[in-house]
Amino acid sequence: MLCEECHMRPATVHITKIVNNEKTEMHLCEECAKEKHLSLSSSIGGFGFEDTGFSVAKLLSSFFEPSSKTPIGSSEEFKCGRCGLTFQTFSKTGRFGCSQCYSTFKNQMNPMLRRIHGKTFHVGKVPKRSGGQIRIKQEIDRLKRELQEAVNAEEYERAAVIRDKIKELEQNQIGS
Amino acid sequence: MSLEDLMDTSRIKWINSPGPESDIVISSRVRLARNLNEVPFPHLLSERQANQIVDDVYSALKENPVFSKDIKLYKMNELTAEQKTMLTEMHFISMDLANSERGAVIINHDKTVSIMINEEDHLRIQVMLPGLQLEEALRQIDKIDDLLEEKLDFAFDEKIGYLTACPTNVGTGMRASVMMHLPALTMMEKIGQILSTISQVGLVVRGVYGEGSQAKGNLYQISNQITLGKSEEDIIQNVVSVARQILMSERKTRQNLSGETRLRLEDKILRSYGILTNAKLVTSQEAMSFISDVRLGVDMGIIKDLVPSVLNELFIMTGPAYIQEVSENATTPLERDIYRANFIRQKMQR
Repeated sequence: MLCEECHMRPATVHITKIVNNEKTEMHLCEECAKEKHLSLSSSIGGFGFEDTGFSVAKLLSSFFEPSSKTPIGSSEEFKCGRCGLTFQTFSKTGRFGCSQCYSTFKNQMNPMLRRIHGKTFHVGKVPKRSGGQIRIKQEIDRLKRELQEAVNAEEYERAAVIRDKIKELEQNQIGS
Repeated sequence: MSLEDLMDTSRIKWINSPGPESDIVISSRVRLARNLNEVPFPHLLSERQANQIVDDVYSALKENPVFSKDIKLYKMNELTAEQKTMLTEMHFISMDLANSERGAVIINHDKTVSIMINEEDHLRIQVMLPGLQLEEALRQIDKIDDLLEEKLDFAFDEKIGYLTACPTNVGTGMRASVMMHLPALTMMEKIGQILSTISQVGLVVRGVYGEGSQAKGNLYQISNQITLGKSEEDIIQNVVSVARQILMSERKTRQNLSGETRLRLEDKILRSYGILTNAKLVTSQEAMSFISDVRLGVDMGIIKDLVPSVLNELFIMTGPAYIQEVSENATTPLERDIYRANFIRQKMQR
C-alpha cells in the first residue's frame, strides 16, 4: 500500500480513528506521518497516557473546525479576555488557553462537544469546594433518597434528622 | 527516594504484586486531568508560573499527613534523557511530559500513584494497580483528588464538568484503562474482530508496544474514549465488563487449542524459553515476543518453574532505555544486546 499523502513511499504508519462509531483510516509513510506529527517513536513512548501519544490535537482537528451553523465572521473576532487565545488558534492546535476559554467560546462549544462525546452535559464527580450550587443540589437529591429509605424502614427519628438537613440545605440554596 | 530506588522494579506494585485475573490483565490504570482555575493552561504558562504550580501541587501533598513521607518530586529538567525514557517505559510519565522543560512528576513509595505536573493539563493524576482492579483504582484516585482539591482551586463548570486544555478530556477528565496480554486471541487472528466490536461501545484499543493487530508482546490497552456525559462509575463499569468478556474469550481460546495447533504453540513457547535462557544476544524486539511466549507458557502450565511477575518485570526491564540506564558500560547496540541477554538469563534462573 502506498502512502496517501505522497503516493510514493510505502505506507508504514496506519491510523484508525473511531469516534462515536465513525471510522476513519489513514495510511501514511513514516515521513508524511512525521510531517503530521504522528511519529512512531512518540506514539510508542506515549502509550502510558493514551491521549498524549501522538498529537491527538492534529488527529482530531476535524472536530474543532467551527460547524457550518456557526457564523464564521463572529468566531474570527472572538478572543479570550484572559489568555488572548482566538478561536482560529484553537482550531489549529486543539488546545484552549485557559479555563475561561470555555465561556468565551461557549457558542461553539455545544456542537463541538456533541461531535466529540455525543453529549453536552457533565454527569459525574463535582468538586467539594468549587462545585457550588450543583453540589448542594446533588446532596439534597441524595438526602431525599435516604429520607425515603428511612421512612420505608419506619425509622422516623432518622427521617426527622434527614428532613432537617434537607431544609437547611434548601435554605442555603435560596440564600445564595 | 532516589532514582535507583525508582528503578528497583521489585518495589513497583503493578509489576510485582499479584492482582485479580493477573494471568491476563497485567495492570489497571485510572487517570484524571485537572487544571487550576486562575492560570493559563500549561502551553501558555510563563516559566515562573509553571514553577509556581509545581511548588503548589507538591506542597499541597506535603502538608497532608497521609502523603508527606510518601512522595518524591522529580523535575524533568533535572533528569537525563535516559532516565526520562525509562520513566515512560515504566508508565509513570508520558513522552510529552518527558519532552517538557517545565514538567515534573510526583511518585509515591509503592509507585501506584504518579502525578504529572504541567503536561497537557496542570495535573494528570494516575493510579496504577496490578490485575483487574479499576474500581479500587477509582476509589484511591478519588481520595487523592479530594485531598488536592482541599488546597487547589480546580477549574470546574457546572454544565460541562472539569475543564481541560483539550475538549476531548472535558467532563470527568477521566481515562480508565487495562493492559491485557492476549497471545491466544492474537495467534488465532480473532483480535481484529474484537477490536472493531469494542469501538462500538465507546472504547479504544491499542497495542501497548506497536499498533493494533501488530502489537508487540501481545499487550493491548483498552480504555474509554468519551469523558463527558457519563459518571466515573459508569465509565469504569463499561471498561471492566468489556475487559471481562475479552478475558473469558482469551481463556477459552487457550483451552480450545488442540492437536497440531497446540503442539505448535507448545513448541514455540518452549523454543522461546530456550532462547531466553541460553541466548548470548537478545534485541529488545525479540525480548518482547519471547517474553510474551514464555508468559503464556507459565499461565498455561507448560513452563512450571517461573513466577509470572518475573515476566512482568522483564517486559519493562528489557526496554532500550532501562537497559541503557542500568548498564553503564553498554554504549553500543551490540553491548546492550549482550547485557540484555545476560540480564534475562539471570532473572529466569532465579
